[in-house]
Amino acid sequence: MNNRFGTIVLDISFRVIIPFIMLYGVYVLIHGEDSPGGGFQAGALFGIAVVLSRLVHGEQAILNVSGDKALILAGIGTAIYGSVGVVTLLFGGNFLEYGTLPLNISEPGRHALGILAIELGVTICVMSTIVVIFDALVGREEE
Amino acid sequence: MKLIASVAMLCMVGIFFTTTAGLPQIYNPHSAPSEHVSPRYIEKSTKETGSPNFVTAVLADYRGYDTLGETTVIFTAGLATALLLRSRRTPSFKNEQACLVKGDPDE
Repeated sequence: MNNRFGTIVLDISFRVIIPFIMLYGVYVLIHGEDSPGGGFQAGALFGIAVVLSRLVHGEQAILNVSGDKALILAGIGTAIYGSVGVVTLLFGGNFLEYGTLPLNISEPGRHALGILAIELGVTICVMSTIVVIFDALVGREEE
Repeated sequence: MKLIASVAMLCMVGIFFTTTAGLPQIYNPHSAPSEHVSPRYIEKSTKETGSPNFVTAVLADYRGYDTLGETTVIFTAGLATALLLRSRRTPSFKNEQACLVKGDPDE
């Protein structure tokens, strides 16, 4: 293992900590319906992963969602949440009544998928917002 | 000005201390929240929503509008932070990098 990122501390934090943070974020997001967790927590974990990767790598970071792109992503996350509600409205249910989603599976499955969709939207929004605030604080954005 | 601020702070502290006594007690089974909304969620949320977790049922089903509003608030906060902090940027600060690695790691 060569120290490609400078010192051993940065190397270990990039190669060991960030994958576990992201894996835990995925677990918290997907398992959020049954256990404590959900979109907000998963978004915070993903945001920390991106910020840590940015601190180690700088501009050349692999996990780089920067500036205006992150701002657009935050809007997209909010739009995912809202569009799930609009889709359930269009197919004859109440706003965010997940049982009316147009999917060919059982009713609890549609319910779980609807909740997963809105939590995915929340995750994207929270993650991108953390990156946007980090970007604004360190004074860097997409040129 | 400092005197006014101090008096206002003291008034706020007094209001908080006096009104805290009127809040419903936590862990009291006969307080208003424990007798109205909580039993309803505990007894019927699994049947009504099909969600195995009370918190998810409240967050995504009973109060879906509320969570949509929270997400919008977070998005608006990020947008406002970016707009405020970016507009004060001076040109000399613009190319500074917040990078712990000295130099280009690829070199």
